Amino acid sequence: MFKTYEDLPLTPITNVSSRTNKTGLWRTFKPVIDYEKCIKCYICWKFCPDVAIIINDFPQIDYDYCKGCGICANECPKNAITMEKEE
Amino acid sequence: MKKVVTGNEALAYGAKIARAEVIPAYPITPQTTVVEKIADFMADGEMKAKYIKVESEHSAMAACIAASNAGARTFTATSAHGLTLMHELLFWASGARLPIVMGNINRAMGPPWSVWADHLDSIAQRDTGWMQFYCENNQEVLDTVIQAYKICEDKDILLPAFINEDAFYLSHTSELVDIPDQERVDEFLPPYELQLKLDIDNPMGFGSLVMPEWYMEFRYKIAEAMDRSRKKIQQVSKEFNKMFGRSYEMLDLYRCEDAEAVFIAVGTMASTAKEVVDTMRKEGKDVGVARLRVFRPFPVDEIRELAKTVDFIGVMDRSYSFGYGGAIFSEIKAALYNSDYKPIVKDYIVGLGGKDVTPKVLEKIFTDGLKVRTKGLKDKEIEWIGVKGLGGW
Amino acid sequence: MLLPKVIAMIEIRFHGRGGQGAVVASKLLAQAAFLEDNDVQSFPYFGVERRGAPVTAFTKIDKRPIRIKSQIYEPDYVIVLDPSLMNAVDVAHGLKKNGLILINSNKKPEKFNLPAKRIATVDATSIAIAHRLGSKHAPIVNSAILGAFSKASKIVKLSSLINSILEISPAKKEENAAAAKEAYEKVTVVENV
Ligand code: SF4
Ligand code: SF4
Repeated sequence: MFKTYEDLPLTPITNVSSRTNKTGLWRTFKPVIDYEKCIKCYICWKFCPDVAIIINDFPQIDYDYCKGCGICANECPKNAITMEKEE
Repeated sequence: MKKVVTGNEALAYGAKIARAEVIPAYPITPQTTVVEKIADFMADGEMKAKYIKVESEHSAMAACIAASNAGARTFTATSAHGLTLMHELLFWASGARLPIVMGNINRAMGPPWSVWADHLDSIAQRDTGWMQFYCENNQEVLDTVIQAYKICEDKDILLPAFINEDAFYLSHTSELVDIPDQERVDEFLPPYELQLKLDIDNPMGFGSLVMPEWYMEFRYKIAEAMDRSRKKIQQVSKEFNKMFGRSYEMLDLYRCEDAEAVFIAVGTMASTAKEVVDTMRKEGKDVGVARLRVFRPFPVDEIRELAKTVDFIGVMDRSYSFGYGGAIFSEIKAALYNSDYKPIVKDYIVGLGGKDVTPKVLEKIFTDGLKVRTKGLKDKEIEWIGVKGLGGW
Repeated sequence: MLLPKVIAMIEIRFHGRGGQGAVVASKLLAQAAFLEDNDVQSFPYFGVERRGAPVTAFTKIDKRPIRIKSQIYEPDYVIVLDPSLMNAVDVAHGLKKNGLILINSNKKPEKFNLPAKRIATVDATSIAIAHRLGSKHAPIVNSAILGAFSKASKIVKLSSLINSILEISPAKKEENAAAAKEAYEKVTVVENV
């Protein structure tokens, strides 16, 4: 791609959307929601730093982008989310 | 068309005839009448632009950055505390390679609170990657706005610039200014076209993270562009001269060819100094003035050339860097250190916070310089001029 | 009529109160002198303006380009828009030996005890009120006092002053021009007071 500074554009530019960057590949633990315990408070959705929780009445994890940071599990007031080791 | 206008009006006319399209503005004394005049132009239908009222100078520059990145020719103006509040975003504008042009009214930094002329506000932006022009009259203010867009928007440069005028000495002083015809300016200054820009149909991210492997490479590109701007400034000045009959040098030499002592002046002080040179020449005192019109990029070659023919350079700094001397003094010495010609260089700190730099004050400085030229510097490398209690002045 | 003449640089200082139009006066005079092919400079005292506070403004006129960018310390002319200022401000400060002071007053020049040889007076306040410039309590006297200045100093012709007023006066152009004309006729100048 770039060999010298002369090949670079003037300023750092990303010409693709961050959707192409599947942060799900970074995961070692994955959050799993126990829908029996979930009270649909959506606190997990608010805290997820990668917008990897989608609300479809109940919260759902988008594993393409969930990087497994565990913040949702930490914030859930009902302990409805557990972090499980990736297979 | 010749008109009697203030320096602030000259900035506004400059923005108008350069066809600036976006004006984000926040008022501050003594800049306010710049953006007021632009608002008048727009209200009267004489100028077509988007005027954005923002809540601070930080936001003003942020809006300039976004507008410029979207491909709009952008203008704003500020002063002192406003300029320094923009500091963070000034780096962004140059790093993002956006040709924003801004007027800065050189005003002192408080405390003590002061609204008067002083160059510390802009000198403190030295390392932000902006070109810096300093004007000696209102005609130059207007001409420099037009030239700056042409320099900044050149595809080999793509850097921002700000144009300085001394608070009150220019900002509120009315002088004769020849305002060029719109068609001629349009001929001189083509529309701004940006290749990579914010575009809804072609989304991109700007200002992304760069790993250590490539950071220096991007910064080097800026350094190269700033170096190239020296030639570009001269070339644009020549083209401007051909079209409008007024030319400007990076280092404007006045009666320096055969001078024994040359004094570096910046802004309006230089204009008064030229008058004093004429008076002293009549008395057989061979002094000259070199007006530093461009501080960034620094005219290193011109300074070295000047040093070949003089034994003494007196630098008149209208700002002070606490700890060691005025910035222009330091830069001039730095430029000369690796050259074969090293005249004595003395720093005169003068006119801070609007202390009037009268012909009398300048005559005393010039007389002192002639004396130092023959007797040597002794211990006074840096001298504050006109401070009550320091005596001698 | 003597032709106006500008040989060396001429420096004029205006004293007024915020709101009386001293700053506009300095600009109107500069514009008039420009119309007679002079280089000009005009500026307010580099301060903060507030209504009622003493205000100083300056005009420089020269045939050569004006390069000196400092304030005026030794004026050739002083114009006082409000005589009540003279209790608080030393209006004659720095006035050149042959300098002239023009005062907005209904008194005769001889009544003033000032360190100046040439004194002129004109009742610009009454003239401004008669032409409905400003209000009765706060008349704007700048055009009238400049009419008187044209006659007393011969620095600019009345016709140039009127053209300047018609061109750049912010409001009531015709009334301002008429006031200037009337003051031109009515000013009294006394040499060797
Ligand atoms: S935070 Fe826990 S309880 Fe609240 S919506 Fe998320 S999973 Fe359900
Ligand atoms: S683990 Fe982290 S990234 Fe994944 S859903 Fe929870 S908060 Fe979002």
